[in-house]
Amino acid sequence: MYDFEYRRVGSIAEAQAALAGGSSSKLLAGGMSLLPVLKQRLARYDGIVDLGGIATLRGIHRDNADLVIGAMTTHATVAASALVAQSIPALAALAAGIGDPQVRNRGTLGGSVANADPAADYPAALLALDARIVTQRRVIAAEVFFRGLFETALEPGEIIQAVHFTLPQRAGYAKLRQSASRFALVGVFVTRTHAGVRVAVTGARDSVFRWREAEAALAADFRPAALARLALPSSGLNADIHASAEYRAHCVQIMAQRALAAALEPPS
Amino acid sequence: MPVVSMQVNGQTVRAAVEGRTLLVQFLRETLSLTGTHVGCDTTQCGCCTVHLDGAAVKSCTVLALSCEGAAVTTIEGLASERGLHPMQAAFREHHALQCGFCTPGMVMSALAIVSRCGPDLDQATIRRELEGNLCRCTGYHNIVKAVQAGAAAMKEADRP
Ligand SMILES: Cc1cc2nc3c(=O)[nH]c(=O)nc-3n(C[C@H](O)[C@H](O)[C@H](O)COP(=O)(O)OP(=O)(O)OC[C@H]3O[C@@H](n4cnc5c(N)ncnc54)[C@H](O)[C@@H]3O)c2cc1C
Ligand code: FES
Ligand code: FES
Repeated sequence: MYDFEYRRVGSIAEAQAALAGGSSSKLLAGGMSLLPVLKQRLARYDGIVDLGGIATLRGIHRDNADLVIGAMTTHATVAASALVAQSIPALAALAAGIGDPQVRNRGTLGGSVANADPAADYPAALLALDARIVTQRRVIAAEVFFRGLFETALEPGEIIQAVHFTLPQRAGYAKLRQSASRFALVGVFVTRTHAGVRVAVTGARDSVFRWREAEAALAADFRPAALARLALPSSGLNADIHASAEYRAHCVQIMAQRALAAALEPPS
Repeated sequence: MPVVSMQVNGQTVRAAVEGRTLLVQFLRETLSLTGTHVGCDTTQCGCCTVHLDGAAVKSCTVLALSCEGAAVTTIEGLASERGLHPMQAAFREHHALQCGFCTPGMVMSALAIVSRCGPDLDQATIRRELEGNLCRCTGYHNIVKAVQAGAAAMKEADRP
């Protein structure tokens, strides 16, 4: 790892000031994506600004119809939260399936969302739950937030503070784990809200996307049979040593059915 | 150089580090606590697992400076004058290691599992909760047995 100047900040204002310093600076959250990249010398920054000291970025609460989760809340905290389990159990289950226990103890919601890994789990939840990403400057809808491979709508110096999730009537997530990395080979998040049905797919393209045909089919009939005859075209899907595009297309269909089955389970 | 201070195995330590110094480098190179191992470059193997404020973390992927004021427990912090910690004793008893390289991380993860899930552990839980620790030698069966036995021994001895 190349050396850098480390700054631990206590507030968003301090973080903003540290980022504005002119030299290239990068925010550090749980470090579970950033530090491996720095260790491989795939990136180099003059400054690292650690958000770990900003207490207001951590925590989970309900705000009317929304579940609000602070950017620095770890995956382990979301997985273990009674409030999340009660509000959006599928989200708690998703967090419990990220990486491994040690990764979940450090990795954060904000870091995962800002990183926008094409195989990350949270982006599927944000898109399917019509989440809003709150920064110090504005509120960004998930729909326009995820732009492409590791690319988001965040501007330089913009800091995610929290994510607002709309409570769904039904929600379920299913992923096929890439067994070495544990990221999603494909993952599908299905929701039904008063606004309609959403089916968000991660791991299959360069960024998370909505499978509109499945949404239309489920809007007409929110049962597994509605998905049985659908097929996601494989053209344009990711292909690598782990899975061909055709295999991924097939798995999206299977994971959509499993996510739907999870969404239909009576609350425990 | 910036200075970091933290509690390691109950003792306050203070030393100058670089911005890029990882917690595992601080433990091994500055404090000579070489029981914490480095087995990979990709945050996957778990050989470097320590407890940071009570939670299991991969110390190869935490900056030392991020641990300012924190309490860290490493494998060296487990045994006492009375002998090995029950979890360490269970690993020996059940032949849960061959080369032993993964063992410090396995034991630290095992203790974190007991504190998260309680001492009455079934094998499926142990296997799931040990996902962040890789062993290239044993095939895991004896590790799982050892964690189960170690957890039971901790309950018996009423020891965290
Ligand atoms: C072994 C392993 C397995 C994993 N498995 C999975 C998995 O199964 N599924 C999955 O989804 N992920 C997985 N991950 C990734 C993990 O979830 C990371 O925690 C996550 O991607 C990044 O979160 P972080 O808090 O660690 O962020 P960091 O690594 O600290 O930062 C990531 C990026 O986000 C930026 N950033 C961080 N916080 C903010 C903020 N508040 N505002 C703006 N920008 C910010 C940083 O500048 C950086 O560019 C895995 C990681 C590892 C090491
Ligand atoms: S050395 Fe830390 S996970 Fe492998
Ligand atoms: S005993 Fe050799 S790696 Fe586990």
